[in-house]
Amino acid sequence: MGRKILLEHINVPGINSYDVYRSKGGYASVEKAIKTMKPEDITEEVKKSGLRGRGGAGFPTGMKWSFLAKPEGKPRYLVCNADESEPGTFKDRYLMEHIPHILIEGMITSSYALGVNTAYIYIRGEYFYLVRILEKAIAEAYANGWLGKNILGSDFNLDLYVHPGAGAYICGEETALLESLEGKRGNPRIKPPFPAVAGLYGCPTVVNNVETIATVGPIVNMGGDEYAKIGVGRSTGTKLISASGHIKKPGVYEIEMGVTVEDFIYSDEYCGGILNDKKLKAVVAGGSSVPILPAHLILNTANGEKRLMTYESLSDGGFATGTMLGSGGFIVMDESTNIVKNLFTFTRFYRHESCGQCSPCREGTAWMEKILAKILGGKGEEKDVDLLWDVQRRIEGNTICPLGDAAAWPVASAIRHFRNEFEDFVRNPANQQDIKYYFHCNNIDSAAAYSSI
Amino acid sequence: MSEIKFSTEAESLIQNILKRYPNDRKKSVLIPALHIAQAEFDGWLSVPVMDKVAEMLELKPIEVYEVASFYTMFNLNPVGKCVIEVCRTSSCWLRGANDIVAYIEKKLNIKNGETTKDGKFTLRTVECLGSCGTAPMLQIGEKFHENLTFEKVDEILNTHQNLEKHCTYLDATTFRKN
Ligand SMILES: Cc1cc2nc3c(=O)[nH]c(=O)nc-3n(C[C@H](O)[C@H](O)[C@H](O)COP(=O)(O)O)c2cc1C
Ligand code: FES
Repeated sequence: MGRKILLEHINVPGINSYDVYRSKGGYASVEKAIKTMKPEDITEEVKKSGLRGRGGAGFPTGMKWSFLAKPEGKPRYLVCNADESEPGTFKDRYLMEHIPHILIEGMITSSYALGVNTAYIYIRGEYFYLVRILEKAIAEAYANGWLGKNILGSDFNLDLYVHPGAGAYICGEETALLESLEGKRGNPRIKPPFPAVAGLYGCPTVVNNVETIATVGPIVNMGGDEYAKIGVGRSTGTKLISASGHIKKPGVYEIEMGVTVEDFIYSDEYCGGILNDKKLKAVVAGGSSVPILPAHLILNTANGEKRLMTYESLSDGGFATGTMLGSGGFIVMDESTNIVKNLFTFTRFYRHESCGQCSPCREGTAWMEKILAKILGGKGEEKDVDLLWDVQRRIEGNTICPLGDAAAWPVASAIRHFRNEFEDFVRNPANQQDIKYYFHCNNIDSAAAYSSI
Repeated sequence: MSEIKFSTEAESLIQNILKRYPNDRKKSVLIPALHIAQAEFDGWLSVPVMDKVAEMLELKPIEVYEVASFYTMFNLNPVGKCVIEVCRTSSCWLRGANDIVAYIEKKLNIKNGETTKDGKFTLRTVECLGSCGTAPMLQIGEKFHENLTFEKVDEILNTHQNLEKHCTYLDATTFRKN
């Protein structure tokens, strides 16, 4: 059994309540931090731990924290990114639902480290039932003196609030998130300035993912060096993987970085193998944005080495033969899966979620969806596959935020590894039962709304 | 001025959440306030309701419209008492979401995106709701219904047949009192 850090006590009955969480050593990191450590010591431990952002980009957390500007007379903010909307990803939800206090503890310890007195958890609006759970847990933390004024008799004050979004994947992008938190449309900002200098309300701000922040408590407790012993190379510690699709045991698994992909898919400790013992066809290893890989390339690198669940091993071979760990949204597809149809669900998603600021992304995602719909509708021509390739190529790198790249990569990788399936589809339009839902179901009919003004 | 009136409960809820943001940053409460407004007024945001929110928060109406029209969860048209939102993205699609949509369409005799004539149900498809490991799934109000089967769908439709009020994403007990 691999070592568990975040989910160590997941099976303890009542671990979602304050009393049980506390009895299992909960909030120890806050005590240790406030009573025995200076704020900068904590950042130092986080640096030593090698912790990398768990939201998708994998940026070293300690380094991000050390960039935080500290001008006189301006408040600083910590904002937890609980927007979790990358298709295939549901680990933050799992953590907040089952062990909400681990996030709150991490928020307090991190805020102390960063000199923050007001912190927000920005959570996607669809997770309102979790708002309820977090609000209750926060109330318990206030009642027990972990939040509020003069925490543990020190001069450290912290208020922590939950803020719901209202349905927009783009608000997971950190600057769009900050816009949304300010009560605006979720349009990403041009960087620089980075949030570390001018973030929420123009003040220095750190934005971190739920899992990243939840890991800070254990790091402070065990020490950064100890944490860094887990894992392989620059992929230290454990990672929550959301496993879904055609597997026997979908769910959230905490893995030690370095487990082989093969073990992860086939061993009973994790996914338990392919549903109905079919053959593995393809995997999207890190959420919808990362390149899809066919079975032989996800199990082994192009050099024939076993692929590991680490940042480095999954990206071995670059985009030609590799992928990315991303958010850890691991979607498994069996031999019966139609890659073109699956791609259509992703492309439709990005078209729906593009904020519309940048033409290449706004127009490109809609165009790609249209081409795919044409192919799925049996009207595709061979030149459409080249057109699709051309459109995706012109989005990547030409937009304010990486949503454009995220929309392009699934298309590029599907064509790169499964071009024959596109061509087959064009030549003999297959069974088309799935396509009727491509028509937009946009619940926002702005034209109608504005015509009544 | 508009005749729209919020209940005292809803007003105090908004006032309570307002305290979470700096005094000169009241606009931050806009999204929570729109959620509360939508729950208060039959599950959708009419122009008079949005104007009322603008008035309460001292914003220009356009600042409210532009936000309300950006976010998927805000309805700018009337909806049924029970809005059924079925996830259609990859992991759910792989596990049969399309069959679930087709089944509900047949049972309710409406198409995706439509509302039943009696105003009881609206059916729509949405993008990944973070429930991919328990696919297929649908959301009604704040509740997730996971690992769906046709039998489960029957049961869900039955229990939501005769609702008095609209299903909502939140209520007066969602947020703690600061
Ligand atoms: C389109 C888009 C969507 C994103 N969605 C999320 C998300 O849902 N959750 C998240 O933590 N990070 C998301 N990110 C990454 C954030 O911008 C940011 O890098 C992250 O919150 C930083 O936290 P970390 O360093 O702890 O990972 C997204 C990025 C982009 C471009
Ligand atoms: S794909 Fe349906 S919940 Fe994620």
